[in-house]
Amino acid sequence: MSTQKAPSIAVRGVGKSYSGVTVLHDIDLDIAPGEVHGLVGENGAGKSTLLKILGGAIKADAGTLSFDGEQVSIGSPRDAIGHGISLISQEGALVPALSVLDNVFLARWSHRGGLVSARADRKRLTGLLETTGFSVDPDVRVDTLPIGVQQQVEILRALARGARVIAMDEPTAVLAEHEKENLLALIRRLAASGTTIILVSHFLEEVLSVADRITVLRDGALIRTGPAAETSPRALVGHMVGREIDVLYPDPRPVPDGSPVVLAARGLRRGLVDGVDLEVRSGEILGIAGLVGSGRTETLRLLFGADRPTAGVVEVDGVALTSNTPRAAMAAGVAMVPESRKEQGLVMQRSVAENVALSSLSGRRSGPFVKRPAEKTAVGEISKSVDIRAANPESPIETLSGGNQQKALFAKWLLRDPKVLLIDEPTRGVDVAAKTQIHHLITGLAADGMAVVCVSSEIEELLALSHRVLVLRHGRPVGEYPRGTTPEVVVAAAFGDHSQGETS
Amino acid sequence: MSVDTTPQAPATPSPAAANNMSRLAFRMRDYGIVAALVIIVIALSLSTDTFLTSGNLVNLLDQTAVLGLLATGATICIISGVFDLTASATLALSAIVGVQVGRVTDVYVGFAAAVLAGALLGFITGTVVVRSGVNSFVGTLATSLVYRGLAVMVTGGAIVYPLTQYAESFGVLTWPSLFGLTSATIMFVVVVAVLAVIVSRTTFGRRLYAVGGNAEAARLSGIRVGSIHVTAFMISGVCSALAGLILASRAGSAQSTMATGMELTAIAAAVVGGTSILGGEGAVWRAIVGALLLTLIGNGFNLLGWDTIYQQVLQGLLILFAVTMDRWLRKRTR
Repeated sequence: MSTQKAPSIAVRGVGKSYSGVTVLHDIDLDIAPGEVHGLVGENGAGKSTLLKILGGAIKADAGTLSFDGEQVSIGSPRDAIGHGISLISQEGALVPALSVLDNVFLARWSHRGGLVSARADRKRLTGLLETTGFSVDPDVRVDTLPIGVQQQVEILRALARGARVIAMDEPTAVLAEHEKENLLALIRRLAASGTTIILVSHFLEEVLSVADRITVLRDGALIRTGPAAETSPRALVGHMVGREIDVLYPDPRPVPDGSPVVLAARGLRRGLVDGVDLEVRSGEILGIAGLVGSGRTETLRLLFGADRPTAGVVEVDGVALTSNTPRAAMAAGVAMVPESRKEQGLVMQRSVAENVALSSLSGRRSGPFVKRPAEKTAVGEISKSVDIRAANPESPIETLSGGNQQKALFAKWLLRDPKVLLIDEPTRGVDVAAKTQIHHLITGLAADGMAVVCVSSEIEELLALSHRVLVLRHGRPVGEYPRGTTPEVVVAAAFGDHSQGETS
Repeated sequence: MSVDTTPQAPATPSPAAANNMSRLAFRMRDYGIVAALVIIVIALSLSTDTFLTSGNLVNLLDQTAVLGLLATGATICIISGVFDLTASATLALSAIVGVQVGRVTDVYVGFAAAVLAGALLGFITGTVVVRSGVNSFVGTLATSLVYRGLAVMVTGGAIVYPLTQYAESFGVLTWPSLFGLTSATIMFVVVVAVLAVIVSRTTFGRRLYAVGGNAEAARLSGIRVGSIHVTAFMISGVCSALAGLILASRAGSAQSTMATGMELTAIAAAVVGGTSILGGEGAVWRAIVGALLLTLIGNGFNLLGWDTIYQQVLQGLLILFAVTMDRWLRKRTR
């Protein structure tokens, strides 16, 4: 797939720190041509930093980088591209308003006499689509595409630039199960044709299944590099956290008999969501499963009034919400931990304390003024109970790790003492330790009588936490499964075919 | 915060030192602009005999009042994530309303009418921006043309004066008052102090920052984003009206071309003070520091007898420098 052979990469003594805090320290790493190299570690271990240094997005403070024994200097993404390295970052780097074609050949358009030649680009794109097996309409704007397809566009772009090394940061985090499989298959094919792939992922099974070798980072240091065949998820987690821990899910306490229905929705409709009915009882955790685009997140948003349904009612304690707005839902005792912390959940530049206090400000005021001592106490207590680890509650929340940010998001809603908690992706982008804490938090809240609705693309997590799982397909419930159902059955239902599920 | 010493806590290398470093960087970012102000004050005190005279300081604060009020309004809007380019047009229109109402009633009723007009214009601007969903920059640019046009219509393009018997009391804001400061200065200080408290201590203030920092997160936290924006525009409108009264009181008249272009100087002052144009950050005191800095440059040119031809160039460079420093320090601390 690449015109030239991939170089062997040698990283020596690479380090990076931000205002005195070391995020990478003395990294030595060799990556062979055509290798799939997995990088794993908890949040804040330095995986993304290392990847960004290779991709030229940030500059290392110390150390050297050599390709085929020759020292190179990568000071910008442009340098990296020049050396055949392409970085596919978590956030994505597409220009939303441009077409697929323009994005794939961004700044590398074919031209003739100074004019861009779309025809030549089209031809090149057809070739790339054949090699990758993707099918994308070259003329649609990329912001109209689902996130999984956007990622394919990024991969196409990397290949169009003749990338011989592709570094991917959490590429599967945003993908549905079958899309993940496709991506992993593509990674294998690319590697087989000589492209080096560096893969950062939280999903250990995935890394194990696709990587030749795996490097574990912890607190900015390289702990070990070894063949994937010689390790296991448990051993990797052990290296990541410095000891063997059990990645065990807590069991939710059974829902007491006669527990009342707290949240009910009937005939919810809007966009993707095409008639959803559901009921959740006090103390119950209802999981909602489905592929990306099945309307899971959209359903949750309708329940909270984040979007206004075109039809249907939401009832709390048997009383229909007065209007479909977050304010009305909140007044009725509903809270929602949204899908994206950064975009929908937190005000990143404000302090931890301000964020945690935000949704319950009216509860602690005298006249127009914030009761600061009361706020300090309330925030302090809730932070302690969900275990937010912040050096200082007055520091900007963006300085916290993903896990602590997520815990702060829970804390913000728990301060309102809600009856119903809607959770979209409870542990996305969260390290292993915090993940377990959040799982315990959720089952604990349900045990105390809260009604919980949870959406997660991690099917194991969803099945482990939920009393009941509702499967959506094309915006409609297609099945409801009790606790103890296997992932295969649920995934098969999500795909709408009842043959064999294709997970694990 | 909870002191957690469970073994799970990751060991960061020399956390104390790192903490001090980043705290120092934060300080620099927070108070660097104050240091700049102090340096200029010291330099002017040393290089001229006239700077530290009470006459000059009274004069300096009086000169800062108009820009300071406008910069405060601009800062509050910017914190909430919008720009108010109607500021100077609102200033002119409300000053004109003040003079005209004063002609048929009484000077002070006129002043009250001006402030009310400012609030009303702010309400209209805010409602237009929120309801139309147009970017505030464009929305307020268009609205400001309408306001300026209305000012021309109301005055027929002429200068409007208070009735002769009121002419003296119309100048009330230029009179000396407490501590020898002008009434305008006192009003400016009081209004700004009240706004500073509102922004930093009230639930409204908290919501203002949240809306500017992340409007969607604010909405999903039950905050009425639209009404926060409308309120920000209303505050800005009142600030403009008060600034307009000071200018009118000084000139003894009002006209449709008053303070043209000053909304941009106000935004510049806000930014020089260190308020991020991205929203969600900033403070009222920063607006004052920014306004003082820009005013000091003019004052310094006068006192040093420098050719004022260079004044704008220096102001422009200062703005660039302040914004660059802010960006640089921000990058280092993140």
